[in-house]
Amino acid sequence: MSFTARLDDPVCLDVRRFGGKAAGLARLAAEGMPVANGFAVDARARRRIGVDDAVREAYHRLSPHSDVPVAVRSSATAEDSAATSFAGGFDTVVGVRGADQVVEAVRRCWAGVSGERAVDYARVNGINPATLSMGVVVQRMVRATTAGVMFTISPVTGDRSRIVVEASWGLGLTVVGGEVTPERWVVDKIALSVLDHDPGDKRLEYREDGTPAVVDPARRVAPCLTDDQVLDLARLGKRLERRLGGPQDVEFAVEDGVPVLLQCRPETVWSGKTQRSRFTPGQGAARWITSVVSPGVS
Amino acid sequence: MAEQRRFPYFHETPAPPGAQGWESMYPYYLVSDEETRDEEGARLWFADTMHWSRGCHPLDSVIAEAAYLGAGQNSTRIFALPASLGQDIRVHQGYVYIAPVPVTDPAEIARRAEHFQARAGYYYDNWDELYGRWKTKVAAVVADMRAVTFPPLRELEPIEVVTEARGRSTAWEAIAGFRRLVDDLFVVWQHHFEFLNLGYGGYIVFFEFCREAFPEIAEQTIARMVAGIDVIAFRPDDELRSLAALACELDVDHLIAGDDPDATFGALLGSEAGRRWLMAYERAKDPWFNYFAEYGFTHDQDTWLGNPAIPLTGIARYAVRLRAGEEIARPVARLRAERDEIVAEYRSLLTDAETAQFDELLALARRVFPYIEEHNIYVEHWAHAVFWQKMWQLGDFLVDAGFARARDDVFHLNRFELEEVLADVVQSWAIGVPQRGVRRWAAEIERRRGIVAALRAATPRPAYGTPPERITDPFAVMNFGVTTERVEQWLGQESGGGDRLAGVGGSPGIVEGTVRVLRSEHELGSLLPGEVLVCPISAPSWGPAFSVVAGVITDIGGMMCHAAIVCREYGLPAVVGTGFATVRLRTGDRVRLDGTTGEVVLLSDVGTGVAA
Repeated sequence: MSFTARLDDPVCLDVRRFGGKAAGLARLAAEGMPVANGFAVDARARRRIGVDDAVREAYHRLSPHSDVPVAVRSSATAEDSAATSFAGGFDTVVGVRGADQVVEAVRRCWAGVSGERAVDYARVNGINPATLSMGVVVQRMVRATTAGVMFTISPVTGDRSRIVVEASWGLGLTVVGGEVTPERWVVDKIALSVLDHDPGDKRLEYREDGTPAVVDPARRVAPCLTDDQVLDLARLGKRLERRLGGPQDVEFAVEDGVPVLLQCRPETVWSGKTQRSRFTPGQGAARWITSVVSPGVS
Repeated sequence: MAEQRRFPYFHETPAPPGAQGWESMYPYYLVSDEETRDEEGARLWFADTMHWSRGCHPLDSVIAEAAYLGAGQNSTRIFALPASLGQDIRVHQGYVYIAPVPVTDPAEIARRAEHFQARAGYYYDNWDELYGRWKTKVAAVVADMRAVTFPPLRELEPIEVVTEARGRSTAWEAIAGFRRLVDDLFVVWQHHFEFLNLGYGGYIVFFEFCREAFPEIAEQTIARMVAGIDVIAFRPDDELRSLAALACELDVDHLIAGDDPDATFGALLGSEAGRRWLMAYERAKDPWFNYFAEYGFTHDQDTWLGNPAIPLTGIARYAVRLRAGEEIARPVARLRAERDEIVAEYRSLLTDAETAQFDELLALARRVFPYIEEHNIYVEHWAHAVFWQKMWQLGDFLVDAGFARARDDVFHLNRFELEEVLADVVQSWAIGVPQRGVRRWAAEIERRRGIVAALRAATPRPAYGTPPERITDPFAVMNFGVTTERVEQWLGQESGGGDRLAGVGGSPGIVEGTVRVLRSEHELGSLLPGEVLVCPISAPSWGPAFSVVAGVITDIGGMMCHAAIVCREYGLPAVVGTGFATVRLRTGDRVRLDGTTGEVVLLSDVGTGVAA
């Protein structure tokens, strides 16, 4: 058994071995989506001899010439399912550089599975903590100049023909954590055109090393994505939901002007709702019309 | 209690200067009266300037009667629409106002719904067959109208009256023919609404479904999924495009211009190629040039047939574009592909259960939509064209009989007065005595000419009376763009100006341009390329205009009004139903219009030359 696998290796799609996050990224990679290079560590490798060397080796393959900074994230087998959002339940270590540091970060993630927070999460969501096992994702750090989230459905009205992009300067923490009023675009999913745009107030940004900085006033309202970039993202989102079979909630970053997808989950708020329509098939036009022109009468 | 926000009542607004006594020109039941004042004040009346964009002559009120009789009886008595009866109608200061009459009692609505489902259901189940029969029925009525003649009164009846032992004078045709035309007009309008409300109903269901599934979807997107590509509504304009193409092919396009049709036809007759082109022109004329620049709701509108300057101008403009290397043929294949793509995209976003509904409702909407798009050709264009053509002939008959001084005198009498006059003329002739009312009517017609001119110079208020809390009547909303929000804006604008006008986004796109206010199609020639056309309504037959303007703004109309349908077809930004555009904007103003949001912004005012 190999303890690690590249994210674009289909073996990563196995949630039981590599966890939800790894499987999600593997799925994105398999669909040809832009994701940062990296590898995943098998959950079952946690207590096996030789795993540290395997991680070192995988890191060297990822970074043969220099020690590139990576992010190390836990990838629980119960995380990121459509029904339960475990976001933030487990540890993430960013800006890790050097093989030994990567090994240490992986160990920290594994320790997190028995951490109090994770156990609480599991319990609240009706999952037996003892059955939780943990893969780990190691991914090249994305040098994000802009980052944000994209919903392939209107989070406000549930309209499936809309895509909403929210973004801000620097790493995505500000948007996900609600620390800024992000810039916002509403895109027509069919026509692929921007319908609405609000520059927001992007007063804070996180730099690559994770340190926060205040954004100067002019940049707060200056666009952090071009319309073309927004539409490129929307195209990715549209393709994604088509392949994955439903509206998606996507985290992304922009590096050297090109979008990179960090994470993708099924949208849970609207997708769970089943709408009962007034129009039962086969009922006949006259009955449908009655229901429209005089609601309440059937 | 705070005073309810309302528009003026009919009796509160004095007649425009010079129009005193206008009430006497119309049948009494069309005019607001003290007896019905309270009831009238309690309703919302909005101006139907979509159909009567100008003050109407006494005789012209007959089409308003016919239209709203047809609408009312089909809604109220034939199909029993559950929640709405017909639209009540008044002529006020020359303009036509209508008030939707709702059914509010739930028990009554439920009872009517039972009938409606049975009655309308029959039509929906047999739509294609019944629509086929409709075309035959309406064509027969139009043919019957066409057969009417008004033989001039001569000293003696033709000898055939004797040799064929007819026993009935040809002079009687004047009386019988007029009655037949009025009867046929009423019948044709009943047929008009035999299908129209059902058509709207079928469309509205699909519309509502889309709004349920995609709460933010634009109305025009829904319309685009349903719109026909091959319907005959586009035929007249397509004929112009073909004739332009043929003119270029035969190299006679330089001879064609709209400013002097006789000179154009004369020049074309001078060459073999020109004569070939004229033959094609003749073939296109019947029936496609029986086509009003508006809708023929009033007698003084031109048809393409009556005023060849209109089609010739259009042909010349298309020819110029063709010579400039533009593709002028309607891109039918592309339009169809786009429509199919939009449908496929939205459909792919639905669940399986929704997809089944979507398919069924779209099929229904598409089954009924051709009627919505095509019926104007039969009723408004063909029936109205022959009706007014015959009325002009009746005008000539009265001049010939020595009763009238001008051929348009006839339009200054209402239909009942005209029956009286015909009785006078024919009876006096039959008996062999002078007509009895010549001087009396000459004076009255003179007075009425002044009144009509005064009425037409005034711009109608968009509404009278008391609006309901919410406008729910689907036809007021869909066809006229009269919504709760619009009424609020009108109420606000009753009291002020501002540099913005709000309407319905009829066709997407944002454009800036210089305003050209046109009140009738007679002014179409003054349009310059790139201008923004501002008009009370814009009919599909303003085809030549649509090919040069940058955008369209109208006073009245909703998403499904003909202007919006045609602007979408032409890919032209349009804001419809602004209520006041022709009053608030002046030729030369700079405006920006947004055909998606329905907003019009006055950028600079021609009066002051400065930014508004």
